[in-house]
Amino acid sequence: MTRNSRIATLSLVLSGALLASACGGGGFEEEGATSAPASASGPVELKMLIASSGDAETNAVKEATEAWAKSSGNTVTVTVASDMPQQLAQGFASGNPADIVYMDAALFGNYAKQGSLYAYADQIEDNDDFYESLREAFTYDGKQYCVPKDFSTLALQINTDSWTKAGLSDADVPTTWEELEAVSKKLTTGGQAGLGIGVGIDRLGAFIVQNGGWWLKDDASAGAANTPEVTEALDYVQRNVKAGNFQMSNQLDSGWGGEAFGTKKSAMTIEGNWIKGAVTNDYPDLKYKTVELPEGPEGKGTLQFTQCWGVSADSKAQAQAVELVKALTTVEQQMKFAEAFGVMPSRQSAADQYTEKFPEDAPFVAGGEYGHGPINAPGMEQVVADLNSKLEDFGGANLPQVLEGFDTNANAALGQ
Amino acid sequence: MSTLTTTAGPGTGRAPRRRRGVGQRQTVAGWLFITPALLGLGIFLIIPIVMALWVSFTDWNGRGSPFSSQVSLVGAENYAALLTEPGLSRQDFMISLRNTFYYVIGVVPLQTVVALLLAVIVNQKFLRGRTFFRTAFYFPSVVSSVAISLVFLFLFTSTGAINQFLAVFGIDGPVWFSDPRGLIHLIGDWLGLWSVSAPPAALAETQVLSLSVWEWFSGPSVALTAIMAQVIWTTAGTFMLMFLAGLQDLPTEVEEAAMVDGANRWQRFRNVTVPHLRPTILLVITLGVIGTWQVFDQMYVMTQGGPAKTTLTPAFLSYTAAFRQNQWGQGAAMAFLLFLIIFVLTSLQRYVLRDKDEAATRRAQRRQQRAARRKGVTA
Repeated sequence: MTRNSRIATLSLVLSGALLASACGGGGFEEEGATSAPASASGPVELKMLIASSGDAETNAVKEATEAWAKSSGNTVTVTVASDMPQQLAQGFASGNPADIVYMDAALFGNYAKQGSLYAYADQIEDNDDFYESLREAFTYDGKQYCVPKDFSTLALQINTDSWTKAGLSDADVPTTWEELEAVSKKLTTGGQAGLGIGVGIDRLGAFIVQNGGWWLKDDASAGAANTPEVTEALDYVQRNVKAGNFQMSNQLDSGWGGEAFGTKKSAMTIEGNWIKGAVTNDYPDLKYKTVELPEGPEGKGTLQFTQCWGVSADSKAQAQAVELVKALTTVEQQMKFAEAFGVMPSRQSAADQYTEKFPEDAPFVAGGEYGHGPINAPGMEQVVADLNSKLEDFGGANLPQVLEGFDTNANAALGQ
Repeated sequence: MSTLTTTAGPGTGRAPRRRRGVGQRQTVAGWLFITPALLGLGIFLIIPIVMALWVSFTDWNGRGSPFSSQVSLVGAENYAALLTEPGLSRQDFMISLRNTFYYVIGVVPLQTVVALLLAVIVNQKFLRGRTFFRTAFYFPSVVSSVAISLVFLFLFTSTGAINQFLAVFGIDGPVWFSDPRGLIHLIGDWLGLWSVSAPPAALAETQVLSLSVWEWFSGPSVALTAIMAQVIWTTAGTFMLMFLAGLQDLPTEVEEAAMVDGANRWQRFRNVTVPHLRPTILLVITLGVIGTWQVFDQMYVMTQGGPAKTTLTPAFLSYTAAFRQNQWGQGAAMAFLLFLIIFVLTSLQRYVLRDKDEAATRRAQRRQQRAARRKGVTA
């Protein structure tokens, strides 16, 4: 053996050893999703990863977890993610993820399918108290995995100055598509569009729900976009965009509907309860009111956005994590969160308390009854992203072609 | 062991053995010195690359170790999804290749020429405030690309500085970062060759690798062009520094000799400076090609691949496939395909830009050696 080859062998062995040690760290249980909770004895250290909207939210969560930690004798470390999807992926890949995470409904399907989440919803006694549509958003393969933290819905915001200037009164608040079209037309002036809509399916989807349709079949087995319900709903919006009554936010040079609304480029917009904070911070002089979205041909409809308290399948202290979740989802605690950073409680029993405290939010709360959650089937992000990119230029989009393409892609993704 | 017996045969004297001892000790010391670097390379480069190569052949979904028993090998399936199977994955990958191709074609030549020009300017001995200009031109390279990206986002808004400047000349500037229209499409439209709203059917209906011919020939989108402008502006300074080093290496005598020969400024630049800078040009273009094909930061910060996927690049797509869609195998496969593209292009360009004189000399030498050997055989 020559010297060189001996050194080569040595380095090979060395790197092999490193490789083994680098990969050996990721030991994890094979199933996890159905088993009894892993319960570490004695005081445990729980790690929590959250995607915070700001200091108010971070502090409120920290306060709540500290209170639980003190009373239960455990410790909880709250980490604020700077890039939630990326940090979630890193955590689950490492085999040593945070015990409790904010899990967005749109990401949930993938992680449930992957086996990264621990299904604990059956251990929550009054699970039925959470809105049914929210529980569905966290159901994969017939099993609810986690309980919703809170939720938001879309409603219609109206700039009251523009409204009175156009000679409209409270009686004119639109309750049907025809009325929405009519008031939008009246509100449209040279410098202001009647209705500004954020780009993408997270706003357009509301019209589809109002028309009794959805992007996917009910059991999420295949695409259902190329159906009359979906096509008619989008046609309605597109016709009005072409006529100039509605404008998409990118036509108004705005990042989202709220920006167009706040800068008075549109007299109305369709946004969720987060618009309250945005208006207070960025457009404090704006006078507006929120009403429920108008009914479509098939009745009321809106979109819901929600996150749940996800517990990791790889957590060593699932029992304690579930206890913490129970403490964080009491009516009392949900109301505290609502007061601190403006989210809506996911419990129906908290709805009355909430509307009493925030009467102006009644239209948002009402959406809890008839809203539709996001597409949460695993493997759909790429398909949804493709759809969104094709709907960017909504006025000029070739809808039949786009919807047919979506169905083809969705079927391929769901058939996997 | 074997080293000892082969190099030190029986009957060798004392002196060589001592020399060998010293040599061996030096070797050991040498290896000791480079061990930290080797360990660093191994842990942070070689092992991850080998792991990624493994992942690109598996269906690993991102949970736990990719080497566990649950992960199965799927052969070249991930590569097939990107290259041969019609579907969303191939469509996106092809879009990203198209975008990056136009991006490289636009950025590399321009950044090289601009860098060379800047270097020639700041290399002039009689330029006042030379140090100031050198610092100023180099400055963008030192600033974090994220910070610069944010500044450019503001510059290129529809009411931003760029559009206000254009308005002075009566030009109604586009909404840069949300404009997906391709430049070639726009120029053709302007020249009256075709209409963007109703593209020629022959081009729009012929599909090649999930994209229509019309889409392949879109050119960079307006949004991508704005990013290109930013990248040229930032990188030109870095490469200027390299050209400057090359220029300062050029002996004044050579230039003076050219002057004595009656060469004018342009001739001196063309026939003395540029040939002298050939190795630097090769370096700059190589680094440029590698850097541009890997572009990621700008897309991550500014556009996230939009508008209408026209700023999607393989590096960004690989990231989204892995971290957003949990398709780690495809993400890794994209990374290796990107590596292959860069490797082939770099080799090709090394071959095209090789020193032809040197290659000719070497060929001549080899021919002579062969001839000499043949002569030896016949003799």
